[in-house]
Amino acid sequence: MSDLTRLSASDLADALASRSVSSVEATKAHLERIEHTEGHVGAFLARSENALAVAKDSDERRAAGEELSALSGVPIAIKDVLCTTDMVTTAGSRILEGWRPPYDATVVTKLRRAGMVALGKTNMDEFAMGSSTEHSGYQVTRNPWNLSLAPGGSGGGSAAAVAARQAPLAIGSDTGGSIRQPAAFTGTVGVKPTYGGVSRYGVIALASSLDQVGPVSRTVRDAALLHDIIGGHDPHDSTSIPTPWGSMTAAADRGLAASSLQGLRVGIVRELITEGLDPGVKQRFDETVALLGAHGADVIEVEAPHCEYAVAAYYLILPAEASSNLAKFDSVRFGLRVTPGGNPTVEDVMSATRDAGFGDEVKRRIILGTYALSAGYYDAYYASAQKVRTLIQRDFALAFEKVDLLISPSAPTTAFPLGAKMDDPLAMWAGDLTTIPANLAGIPGMSLPMGLSPEDGMPVGLQLMAPAYQDARLYQAGATIERLFYERDGYRVSERVPEVG
Amino acid sequence: MSEMTPQVIRHLAELSRIALGDEEIQRLSGEMGAIVSAVEAVSQVATDDVPPTSHPLPLGNVFREDIVGETLSTEEALAGAPDHDGSRFRVSAILGEEQ
Repeated sequence: MSDLTRLSASDLADALASRSVSSVEATKAHLERIEHTEGHVGAFLARSENALAVAKDSDERRAAGEELSALSGVPIAIKDVLCTTDMVTTAGSRILEGWRPPYDATVVTKLRRAGMVALGKTNMDEFAMGSSTEHSGYQVTRNPWNLSLAPGGSGGGSAAAVAARQAPLAIGSDTGGSIRQPAAFTGTVGVKPTYGGVSRYGVIALASSLDQVGPVSRTVRDAALLHDIIGGHDPHDSTSIPTPWGSMTAAADRGLAASSLQGLRVGIVRELITEGLDPGVKQRFDETVALLGAHGADVIEVEAPHCEYAVAAYYLILPAEASSNLAKFDSVRFGLRVTPGGNPTVEDVMSATRDAGFGDEVKRRIILGTYALSAGYYDAYYASAQKVRTLIQRDFALAFEKVDLLISPSAPTTAFPLGAKMDDPLAMWAGDLTTIPANLAGIPGMSLPMGLSPEDGMPVGLQLMAPAYQDARLYQAGATIERLFYERDGYRVSERVPEVG
Repeated sequence: MSEMTPQVIRHLAELSRIALGDEEIQRLSGEMGAIVSAVEAVSQVATDDVPPTSHPLPLGNVFREDIVGETLSTEEALAGAPDHDGSRFRVSAILGEEQ
């Protein structure tokens, strides 16, 4: 086979199963691809030293006739927010520089059990606070489509790695869009499962009532294969949903086999179609609406009026929860310690450490969160934001009485230039409008490419949202829609990424 | 809202245990005013009759059998610490001279 990095995870898994390719060969191909492109992309913060050993183990098990998982021997990149015992874990922060966790995240344990080959840890905005990966404490990650543009964030590393064919799959985390927005910016597929659908044990917490881990891939079916491996109940995570899940892969296969759009009721969320949309994004979205209608979907406009307040509510709830979650970085049990001169108390050491170890955006949000939670302001800010959350949930509940699926652009714009929003936090935050509501409501969302923008030639993302627990609906409809785009265009967006380097 | 003066930022930084420098305090003071004005919009619709949502799905508390599970050894727990004495984390004085 000429270039194993061009295969989808699904096709690679088939090639491994038929033994026409070994995991060692596939892993080597991706390691070489990383070697060749990483100087331009900068997706990885750490690389695994035992990828080839894991690949060899998978090959040997297969040769011995063992029953293997669907993705055994397939390489994967892991966002640096998940704890890994064999790789440094920093969540993109200097305060955790060099830290080796004493345990694996449950998702990482599941990847290992499935025989998947971890290639490395991907770059991210510090503690997942950001929408461009520029708030990483370590390095810039560039968009493989255009190296002067941001890959989105916070999971820009995972999205860029998959877009640049450094890995066929990656793990992301999504608190307000950190899987879906980078997917849109890089022409990849990203899914935020229902809140509680995937374990967060061993995932460094940003905002506990919003965080969710999910798959990053180049096809809908690939995301489904990975979702089936990482999803399910975990007794270590008390927010994990105990009811069993059906197969997402089976749902994707149903959507691939036949059009799942006939009679499907699809709602356009009116409040997410704002004047701030790039004309190119708007054009691709309108074309998609027409395409869905032409294939039997019943597309209507629905209202979610409180989405107007989603960004404001999110930027109170998130900082409040983050200010509490990040209190653990106290210079005592792990990470950095900075000791000021004189006779400092432990509190002085703590404060100096946090000043030195946290970046600007993290400090900004901790200060904002501390303010929102402080005596006298709690009701006006945090409690009000929680009420907005109720109102948004009600909006979605009403909308899902009328439709099966909601759609919007995944992001209002295509990828923006590196540096463009670094001095204007409010402008950076405003771009999260389309993705935040799903996190506030706890519902699942998917981003898949819906073409290239006629304005700048950059990928444009389509967001699908389903009611809580109905993740399979995203995969079924998503697989059909992805196929319709392919039939229309004659190519998959992810195949059009320019040769990096 | 209270104005985001440097004094307010300094107080919040103390509560947050972040030893911000004067320059950072000045910059944050400038930024936070606009940020707080933007997020204040939530109070427009958060009326008394709306219950707050703290958690997106209605899951109850979770209990497990009181059986010791897998736990970290002392060595593992201390392995990432900046300083320890072999069985405990070591820190500088808890109380200052004035306390």
